[in-house]
Amino acid sequence: MSWVNAVIQGILTGGLYALFACGLSLMFGVMKVVNLAHGDLAVVAGYVAVGIIAVTHIPAVWSFVLVVPVMAVLGYVLQRTLIQAALGRSVLTTLLVTFGLSVVIENGLLQFFSANSHSLQIGSLVSDSFSLGSQITIAYLPLVIFVVAVIVLLGLQFFLSSSKYGRLIRAVADDREAAQLSGTDYRHVFGIAAAIAFATVALAGIAFGMVSAFDPSIGTDQLLLFAFASVVIGGLGSLWGTLLGGTVLGIAQQIGAQINQSDQILAGYVVFLAVLVIRPQGLTGQRAEL
Amino acid sequence: MSAEDPALHGMTAPGSAPGASQGPGASPGEGASPGEGNPVLQVRGLTVHHGQLQALSDVSLSLFPGDVYAIIGANGAGKSTLLRTICGLSRPTAGSIMLDDTEITRVRPERRVAAGIVMVPEGRRLFPSLTVEENLLVGAANARQGPWNPERVYQLFEWMRDRRRQRAAQLSGGEQQAVAIGRALVANPRVLLLDELSLGLAPVVVRRIYNTLPELLATGLTVLLVEQDVSQALRAASRVHCLLEGRTTLEGRPGELSPSRVEAAYFGLADTGANQSGRGGGPA
Repeated sequence: MSWVNAVIQGILTGGLYALFACGLSLMFGVMKVVNLAHGDLAVVAGYVAVGIIAVTHIPAVWSFVLVVPVMAVLGYVLQRTLIQAALGRSVLTTLLVTFGLSVVIENGLLQFFSANSHSLQIGSLVSDSFSLGSQITIAYLPLVIFVVAVIVLLGLQFFLSSSKYGRLIRAVADDREAAQLSGTDYRHVFGIAAAIAFATVALAGIAFGMVSAFDPSIGTDQLLLFAFASVVIGGLGSLWGTLLGGTVLGIAQQIGAQINQSDQILAGYVVFLAVLVIRPQGLTGQRAEL
Repeated sequence: MSAEDPALHGMTAPGSAPGASQGPGASPGEGASPGEGNPVLQVRGLTVHHGQLQALSDVSLSLFPGDVYAIIGANGAGKSTLLRTICGLSRPTAGSIMLDDTEITRVRPERRVAAGIVMVPEGRRLFPSLTVEENLLVGAANARQGPWNPERVYQLFEWMRDRRRQRAAQLSGGEQQAVAIGRALVANPRVLLLDELSLGLAPVVVRRIYNTLPELLATGLTVLLVEQDVSQALRAASRVHCLLEGRTTLEGRPGELSPSRVEAAYFGLADTGANQSGRGGGPA
C-alpha cells in the first residue's frame, strides 16, 4: 500500500513540477530561448511574495494576486530589453545572457535577503490532509497545487488555441518573419509570451514557498533542474507533456524515496537520463527538436 | 509573349488601362503616362548590400494605381532583394522608398503592412501548424480598413471555405500559394508584392492563380511581382522592369518591348538599343 501512496504523492508533486516547467517550455517553444534563469525567477517570485506580505499583511495564500502581475510585467520588460537584444545576436548569446541573469539574481537575493531560508506561512493549511482508506493520506496543499497546475494548463491551452494573441503566439513560433510580413510585431508577441511564462513561474514559486522553505541558491540547484527534467521527459514544446513529465518525475522521486530516502533525487534523474537515451524527443514528442 | 491576353485586358483598372495605351513614340519612361495620377510607390536610387556583395545598385521604379508591375531577370539579378527591401526585410545602403508622399525607407516591416505594403513571400511561408482560417486571421490581425476579409477570400477561392479548418501544412503547393495570397489580401494592401508566385507549381496551377489577378485589381490594389517565367510576366504585366546583376537594364510596357530587346536586357547581351528607357545604367 505504501507503493500506491508513493505513486499518488508523486503524481501530486508532478503538478508543482508542471507549473515550473510550462513557462520554460513556452519560452523555448515560442522564442527558442532556453531560460537558465527560470528557477531563480521562481525564487524571486517567492521573495516578492515575502516582501508583499510583510508590507501589506495580506494572507500568504492570496499573495499571488499581486505577485503574478508583477512578475508578468517583469517578464514583458526583460523580454523586450535584455532577451530580445540577445536574440538578435545568436542562440548561444541568449544562453549566456540568461545564465548571467541567473547569477545576478542569485547574488542580488543573497545581498538583500541573506542566505537564510524563508517560506510562505499558510498556517495549518500546510499540514491538513484527509485519508483514503487506512493507509493513504492526501494533503490538501499538494492536491490544490495539482489542481491549480491543471487549471493553468487548461487556461493556457484555451488561450493559445482560441484567442487572438494565442494565435499570434503560435504564428510567431512557426515563422517570425512571415508574421512580420503579416503585420505582426513579433517582439511584442514575444513579450506577451514571456509575460505568461513569468506569470506561471510566479505561481510555481509561490506554491513552492508554501510547500517548503526556499533560499537564494535553490533556484538553480533544484528548481531549474526539475523544470528541465519535466520538459525533457514530457517532450519539448508540449504543454500537457510538461504535466506528464512532471508527474513521471514526481513518481520516480517518490518511489526512489520509498526504496531509500537518500535515493529520492537520484531516482528522478535516472528516469530523466533513461528518457533521454530511449526517447530523446520526450514521451509526447513527435520528433527530436534539438 | 503577347501582351494582348484578353483575359487580363479590360480587367486592369478601367480608368488607367495600362498596357492598352501603347503610345507610338517609344518613351516608356516612368511617369510618362498621364492620367494615371500620382505614383503609389516610388523607389529611388535603391542600393542594397548583402555583406560585401552589392545585390542592387541604383534601382528606381514608380508604381501607379492599378499597375501590374513585373520585375524580371535571371537568378541572382536582385529581384527578390528588391522586393524584400521594399517590404522592409532588407535594409538599403542608399536610396529611398516612398509610399504616396511618406518616406518608409526605415520603417519596420510590420508597420509597412499597416501602411499598405504587403508581401506574399517566396515559398509561401504559411504558418504550418495553424489552420487555413487561422492563417487568414493572423493576416487580418493588424489590417487596414478595406474590402478584403476572410469571407471575401473564400469567395475568391471557393475550395478554401470547406477546408478552412485544415492545417496549412496539409495543403498542396498551389493551395498554399492561394492561402498565402489570401493572408496578404486580408490586410487590405494598397501595394501587393508577389515574390516568385510560380516557383515549384505546375503551369496549370500558376495560370489559375494569375487568372485571379484581375479580380484583385478590381478592388483597387496595385501589384508588384517578381517572376522567373518571362513570358508569364509579359502576359500579366502592365509594366516590366528587367534587372541584371542588380542593375536596371530595361523598363517599359510589354507591348512596346520587342522580344529581342527583352532578351538582350535579360541576358546582358551586347546592347542593341535595348536601353532607351531613360532610366538606370546600362548593363555592366
